[in-house]
Amino acid sequence: MTSQYKIAIRGAGVAGLWQALTLARRGHRVILAERSEDPFADACSPYAGAMLAPRCEEESAEPIIRELGLRGIEIWKAVYPDLSAAGSLVVAPARDRKLLDRFERMTQGGARLGADQLEELEPSLVPRFGTALFYADEAHLNPGAALSFLLNEVRNAGVVVQLGVGDIPAGADFVIDCRGLAAQDMLPTLRGVRGERIVVRAPEIAIERPVRLLHPRFPLYLVPWGEDDTGANQFMIGATSIEREDDGPVTLRSALELLSAAYVLDPAFGEAEILSLGAGVRPAFPDNRPRIIESSGYIYVNGLYRHGFLLAPVMAEQVAHYLETGVTHPEVFVADFGQR
Amino acid sequence: MAMLQLYGSEISSRLLLGTAGYASPDLLRHAVLASGAEIVTVSLRRESARTKTGQGFWALIEELGCRVLPNTAGCHTAKEAIATAQMARELFGTTWIKLEVIANDDTLQPDVFGLVEAATELSADGFDVLPYTTEDLSVAERLVAAGCEVLMPWGSPIGSARGLANKTALQTLRSYFPETPLIVDAGIGAPSHAAEAMEMGYDAVLLNTAVAKAGDPVKMAEGFARAVEAGRLAFEAGLLEPRDMASPSTPVAGTPFFKIDTVS
Repeated sequence: MTSQYKIAIRGAGVAGLWQALTLARRGHRVILAERSEDPFADACSPYAGAMLAPRCEEESAEPIIRELGLRGIEIWKAVYPDLSAAGSLVVAPARDRKLLDRFERMTQGGARLGADQLEELEPSLVPRFGTALFYADEAHLNPGAALSFLLNEVRNAGVVVQLGVGDIPAGADFVIDCRGLAAQDMLPTLRGVRGERIVVRAPEIAIERPVRLLHPRFPLYLVPWGEDDTGANQFMIGATSIEREDDGPVTLRSALELLSAAYVLDPAFGEAEILSLGAGVRPAFPDNRPRIIESSGYIYVNGLYRHGFLLAPVMAEQVAHYLETGVTHPEVFVADFGQR
Repeated sequence: MAMLQLYGSEISSRLLLGTAGYASPDLLRHAVLASGAEIVTVSLRRESARTKTGQGFWALIEELGCRVLPNTAGCHTAKEAIATAQMARELFGTTWIKLEVIANDDTLQPDVFGLVEAATELSADGFDVLPYTTEDLSVAERLVAAGCEVLMPWGSPIGSARGLANKTALQTLRSYFPETPLIVDAGIGAPSHAAEAMEMGYDAVLLNTAVAKAGDPVKMAEGFARAVEAGRLAFEAGLLEPRDMASPSTPVAGTPFFKIDTVS
């Protein structure tokens, strides 16, 4: 390491937490300032899946997301003991099987499974789905647990965490702005994209890895969030990417779409209990690609879109690398303030 | 090439593009530019909030510089469609509305009864209605009677990429309404489908998924632009009538007209 800096980070969502942890562990002195009094109260992070699915995302994202995301999984694996690295599955109802062909064509590294192979991975899906795509090196996690873990690690690493502080902490060599959509005041092209999700408790369902159900109108993903206190499995059902910037309640229409798609995946979801319905608004630039924007010591890390958990550790690593060497990934770095 | 006229406005492109399902707004922008489309449709029910606050996506749509044709996608009743149209008029400051009333979630086919009902009320309320309808002639007549100056029959179900499923009826519709602008809306999967509709004399085509979900949406947009132009030029030029026998394109003077052995 070339030198030790005093660094202030704004925003303690998943991006800010990873930034703080990464820099503190590299020996920098870090203050993490979060506007809300309660951790994560204002963040969109708790509304994440959170699938770490860089290969599947390539169906509708650029190759850079896969490239950075695969590194993201590596970093998570090294840091977070509760990461589930069991791969992920993609299925389609028989009449939409052509969507599966398209998905396979648009992505890399997916293995086509027959019913026998699917049976070994997720036996409960076999009666309804005779084939699937399997992405073996993808992973997932429970975002709430992961955020709490990160906050704890951040404190253990010596970061000064200031809750209820919206101002920029004084006296820092660098300020790193990880405020997400709140940075819209300075980043005019940033927009919010609403994501809706439902959390259910389903003791009868034993699906172990994320499953994407392809449908022309209601694509759905299901993420196992592990067991609750009573030993029952929790699942997150989500999907919707809506070009809207409010985080108001889920509409009945969205809920119907999500719940009926879950029911198609496994009718046993009919007996699941709904724990919560909610929406978060993710920050995105017009090309839906993440950016590091530097302007004389003030650095924005933003536009992680629906890849917050996947990309936050990589963006943190890139920023650390930039501070220490002046070099960073050319596809995410923007030095010219005019381009933000 | 003759200009397309819709509700008194001259439109430079006969390709209308939907804005849903692109990987990013940036990709959408490039596809729209490549398509040359002057009109883009935007689904209101799904993407908009009821207020104008925080409308990052709208700002990007407006930056396209196109005429925005809001639609009532996802509405299942006339009442819902009317409310959505009124919301759209306020949000976009346009009286144009692509009217969709959906009968069936599996086929997304128009509910023609609700459609006529909504079109009647909206036309009376000063809207310029572009109804998404079937190829049915009697429904078309009702829509025109309700005040619609443009009709948009489906080619085949939305997003199905099946092309023109009922060409005979589409041709009848064209012949029956020679002066009404007719736009094939939905079901177009390939540039050849679009060209076919244009060759039949349809005034324009409206499509979304075929471009948005193409491997390379920008290239596909350009492909559609050329197909639409080719089809229109062919229509204006006048197509040759199909024949049963070959008709030599080079002079045949000096060769016998008949093969001797086939004439007995």
